[in-house]
Amino acid sequence: MADVKIERKDSVMCAYVSGEIDHHSAAEIRETIDRALIAKDINLLTMDFGGVTFMDSSGVGLILGRYKLLSALGGRLVIQGTPPSVNRMLKLAGITKIIEFKGETADETC
Amino acid sequence: MKPVNYVKFTFLSRSINESFARGAIAAFAAQLDPTVEQLADIKTAVSEAVTNCIVHAYPADVGQIQITAAVYENERLVITITDKGVGIADVEAARQPMFTTGGAERAGLGFAVMESFMDNVKVRSKLGKGTRVTLIKQLHMREHTSRPLFCAA
Ligand SMILES: Nc1ncnc2c1ncn2[C@@H]1O[C@H](COP(=O)(O)OP(=O)(O)OP(=O)(O)O)[C@@H](O)[C@H]1O
Ligand SMILES: [Mg+2]
Repeated sequence: MADVKIERKDSVMCAYVSGEIDHHSAAEIRETIDRALIAKDINLLTMDFGGVTFMDSSGVGLILGRYKLLSALGGRLVIQGTPPSVNRMLKLAGITKIIEFKGETADETC
Repeated sequence: MKPVNYVKFTFLSRSINESFARGAIAAFAAQLDPTVEQLADIKTAVSEAVTNCIVHAYPADVGQIQITAAVYENERLVITITDKGVGIADVEAARQPMFTTGGAERAGLGFAVMESFMDNVKVRSKLGKGTRVTLIKQLHMREHTSRPLFCAA
């Protein structure tokens, strides 16, 4: 249903999320990301939503949760590649004001 | 008013069923020929209501969730999501954006999403008895519908 691919280079990590993000799949995505985050000293996490076909408020919780975790670890979270449906949800959540948001431009971190 | 068509199903409050529930309602709603965006709105709202039953209504155990969906002659879609869980003490407070009893991984946005993506949202709840959420969406009212909406019985 949902899938997350992790890439790491030194202290920079990218998580490519695809498929449908709901409460069920968010739990698995969260565990995969957090395991990788904590195993290494990561100070920049980029979450890429390019392959996401559905996201409800559980996806917002997933982002906020990673934001808090990164902040606690002294790192940064950046989100990118969000399709229109995800943008709509992020806007409704007012989350673009708190979190670094790259829009759909090409990234230099991943 | 009597619905033109109607479905009703019950399932266990297991998170794996979230995608089943929104998918089933989307498949049912397809007979109203919604736009891609309207279909996404409906799926998202149903996902929110069903997730609330799983996360909040039955926090410690597994219970039953019942969904009904009805279409009316005027292309109105009415969906109900009912649980027999813990209920909501203060519905008005619970509907406020950012209100959550769910901890750090929940945004408190579910009701705000339902309200923004549907035309009308009703919540009836009784502590210890359960909650019913009614989601209403008015699909495109074509002024002069050339094709009959329902041909076959
Ligand atoms: N079916 C339900 N049974 C019991 N309590 C509920 C139910 N639905 C909602 N609630 C209560 O209402 C609150 C708000 O719900 P809402 O969906 O808006 O946010 P959330 O579920 O906490 O977070 P999010 O939906 O963003 O993950 C919940 O935290 C919970 O306390
Ligand atoms: Mg919710």
